[in-house]
Amino acid sequence: MEAFVAAMIVAATPLLFAALGELVAERSGVLNLGVEGMMLVGAVCAFIVAKSTGSTAAGALAGAGAGLAMAALFALVALGFSANQAAAGLALTIFGGGLSGLLGRDYVGVPLPKPGPLFPASWAEAIPYGKAIFGHDAMVYLALASAVGIWWFLARARGGLKLRAAGDNAESGHALGLPVLRIRFLAVLFGGAMAGLGGAYLSLAYTPMWGEGMTAGRGWIALALVVFAGWRVGWVAAGAVLFAAVTQLQFYAQGWGWRAPSQFWAAAPYLATILALALLAGRRTAGSAPAALGRIFRPSS
Amino acid sequence: MIRLEPRAAPSKLMAMLSPLIAILLTLIAGALLFALLGQDPVEALRVYFLSPFDDAYMRAEVLVKAIPLALMGAGLAVCFRANVWNIGAAGQFTLGAIGAGAAALFIPAESPFAMLAVPLIAGALCGMAWAAIPAALRTRLSVNEILVSLMLTYVAALLLDWLVRGPWRNPRGFGFPQTNAFPEWAHVPLLVEGTRLHVGAFLAVAAAAGLWLMMSRTLRGLRLRVTGAAPRAARFAGFSAAGDVWFVLLLSGGLAGLAGALEATSIVGRLQPEIGAQAGFTAIIVAFLGRLNPLGALLGALVLAVSAIGGENAQILLRLPKNVAGVFQGMLLFFLLACDSLIAYRPRLVARRRA
Repeated sequence: MEAFVAAMIVAATPLLFAALGELVAERSGVLNLGVEGMMLVGAVCAFIVAKSTGSTAAGALAGAGAGLAMAALFALVALGFSANQAAAGLALTIFGGGLSGLLGRDYVGVPLPKPGPLFPASWAEAIPYGKAIFGHDAMVYLALASAVGIWWFLARARGGLKLRAAGDNAESGHALGLPVLRIRFLAVLFGGAMAGLGGAYLSLAYTPMWGEGMTAGRGWIALALVVFAGWRVGWVAAGAVLFAAVTQLQFYAQGWGWRAPSQFWAAAPYLATILALALLAGRRTAGSAPAALGRIFRPSS
Repeated sequence: MIRLEPRAAPSKLMAMLSPLIAILLTLIAGALLFALLGQDPVEALRVYFLSPFDDAYMRAEVLVKAIPLALMGAGLAVCFRANVWNIGAAGQFTLGAIGAGAAALFIPAESPFAMLAVPLIAGALCGMAWAAIPAALRTRLSVNEILVSLMLTYVAALLLDWLVRGPWRNPRGFGFPQTNAFPEWAHVPLLVEGTRLHVGAFLAVAAAAGLWLMMSRTLRGLRLRVTGAAPRAARFAGFSAAGDVWFVLLLSGGLAGLAGALEATSIVGRLQPEIGAQAGFTAIIVAFLGRLNPLGALLGALVLAVSAIGGENAQILLRLPKNVAGVFQGMLLFFLLACDSLIAYRPRLVARRRA
């Protein structure tokens, strides 16, 4: 069971990175459906850089940078040219899928050493479930720290208030002198960097290797997480862990004697996403979605 | 700096020119990409966009590729026009293939139902059933159809995988994960001997023309266009949003299912894990390239089919990786969306103001 909990936390990390980034972008009023594409390009760039420099940290940085660059492309089209955000996000996902396959074609199946745990091994042995708490690499704790940081920023910081204003009522924000488009641009870039980190975690630590389309819909699950968490940071984190548990079923269920075809367990995260969206649909309070989410804003003067 | 200013009325000229400009920009960016990959850009572009016209067989292959793209693109055009975002056509396509496969594999040859229409209808119905899930969730619980339809794409692929590796597997298939070959009666007849072009081409053209008529000449079409363009106005006019969501999702799901059924009963001739469902995502670009107009989707399907065949040729002749196709498609959609903003906005050079 301890192994399962540890694996669950590891599997939650890429979802958490990507979902937190998307949460920030959506709170600023921008729906970026390109998470899957940004994660894939982040994953492949991180892998290539980590392989050639031998440094996981350099790889993670490269992943974040690649995700950011992809998000800039989206922002240019969706914000600069006021294009439909759903369509621009789909374009980003298609583009990212192709680009990552192209960049990574010489790296398929190449092994990479797993990054070591952040804390000394003695800590993990000192307490029960110590391995699940202290046994992870630095990126796991970075994801947790960024959840806390983003919660603080959105709830308590001045910048967070401005960001939420841009997402809830762009026109009023603009009238009050907020640079709405710039805020949205920055939020989208941040979302891209986080998605890139999520992808980087997959190729650097979770597998660790590069395979085409290796995100396997995690970008989309992250998008769903933001929706059924009601755009709240704490619920996103809880949802990421819950979903990670479902994704781990395919490795543990057979061992526990739960009989079903392997494809069923592989489909479980997607089915669980649909189920969760349906079950939580009624509970959600109307005010929780950013009011201007997905709406095009063009400053009138 | 350049600023976009709203036009008084959308520019008809830009609406026509935008896809052409986008294709041109994609070609230029493509040439750069090829140069970066160490290819002669002129030769690479020739292989990509002209070699599909080299001989009769290739030209037929372009049409073969265009059939599912046109069927799905036309359905998605109507769907997107109504502001319903079905992005799970790939899943509905897969279910269509499964439905057609069930009919083809389990209806005995002496049964009166052993005729080609049955697997095709079964496929369309299965595609509709798969699209009914996001329709029901959106209309009853206002669950976002984008996420549900996309998630169901993965579920559909795993369902097919399970069927062809498990219960429907051909025991004498030399270990390949595939079903028995479909019986003779369940094969779509060819249009041109010596090619793979099949009568599905007629269905694609008929579907596009029929949907175009519906959108431009019927009350239903008007309602869908109004609902998509001005949801508030549609509500005041008393149009039922739920009914329209059901209609467009079942329509696009049915067409995607039909496309999957045609693919299984013509090109593949059996079920296997890989049946070309990826076309469901390409069809999104087809719909946009065709100006969200079902007839335009026919043209869009041809353009993307040419680049798909060209991509296959480039893989063989130039050893270019197959992912280049995805890069091209993503770029095309990006350029298209950027150009489309010039329909509603006019670019103007303005002096930079101090903030």
